[in-house]
Amino acid sequence: MATVATAAEQRWWNGGKSPFNVEYGKLMMWYFLMSDAFTFGAFLISYGTIRFSTNGWPDPNEVFRSFPGSGDMYAPLVFVSVMTFILIMSSVTMVLAVHAGHNNDRKGVAKYLAWTILGGIAFLSCQAWEWNHLHHEGAWWGRNPFVNADGSASTTNFTNFFFTITGFHGFHVFSGVVINIIMLIMTLNNSFERKGHYLMIEKAGLYWHFVDLVWVFVFTCFYLI
Amino acid sequence: MEHSTTAHAEHKDSGTKEIWRTFWILLILTIVELALGYWMIGKEGGFRLALKGTIIILMLAKAFYIVGYFMHLKHEIKNLIMTIIVPLGLFLWFIIAFLYDGSSYNRLRNNYDSYHKEQSTKPASQQELHNADDIKPKKEPAME
Repeated sequence: MATVATAAEQRWWNGGKSPFNVEYGKLMMWYFLMSDAFTFGAFLISYGTIRFSTNGWPDPNEVFRSFPGSGDMYAPLVFVSVMTFILIMSSVTMVLAVHAGHNNDRKGVAKYLAWTILGGIAFLSCQAWEWNHLHHEGAWWGRNPFVNADGSASTTNFTNFFFTITGFHGFHVFSGVVINIIMLIMTLNNSFERKGHYLMIEKAGLYWHFVDLVWVFVFTCFYLI
Repeated sequence: MEHSTTAHAEHKDSGTKEIWRTFWILLILTIVELALGYWMIGKEGGFRLALKGTIIILMLAKAFYIVGYFMHLKHEIKNLIMTIIVPLGLFLWFIIAFLYDGSSYNRLRNNYDSYHKEQSTKPASQQELHNADDIKPKKEPAME
């Protein structure tokens, strides 16, 4: 009786198969992303610690008030919402590519990967514009032209953290675009068709969604609160 | 055999549906966040803090939907979910300890270092001049 009951349920830790029910590469991608989450977490928490230990801080609505071609108009949050929308959209096309891979739909994978790459490039272009704009206003590592929200003198902590953290995130987006381009080339070369599965796309997809996930936190911490 | 193929086909359909449902949820959460962000402009004190708190809760909800549905973690087996989520629990300590330390340092300095407090709350005119020198350091020697 007891043996029947135990045989009926899955015994994941008895060996012979992955206790996590995923292939090795995907599990390792999860562990890599977990470690990367700690890296970003450390950056964001140090930013929070410095902010908590400082009396004044610049108002993000004043700093990030510009939109390409808007001149001196006061348009807070507009440009960054466009960037956020681009990244969410590219995340959707990435899941659709993974989904097409499940169905061994080579054309679908190539199409949605191409859209994802386009989204990534669009996001990077937006970020390049924003960095360039802030640089023209005199902001860079080690210099901060923006005064605190209460009108008191600010330190360079604000710009140092902003450029370091969005730069590190942008570097991740760039790597994601490169990985997706490699995936697209491999798809078009029938590499996955010959392998018989599109599991590589899933791993690239995990990385890409992680980049989107980090942006959710960066966007909230720098632009909203 | 036939049964398993139909089950697979059903899974395919629910897959795309779930993707778009998640997309709409993420979009709506983002729009609500932005609306709260606009509402926050010019607000002070406790109300501002409450809005910030709400935005952080919405941010965590977005993180849940991205990790759970886009990264598919919700549909993995419990062993995989636990091996990822449990270590991330360190963040609870990490965030509380460091932010508490930051604000404690600030409180101590404001209480015991009156010079620091005076400096950090006085208007920015001198600071601005200092930065203006930093931005164009090479022009002035050339003009002289």
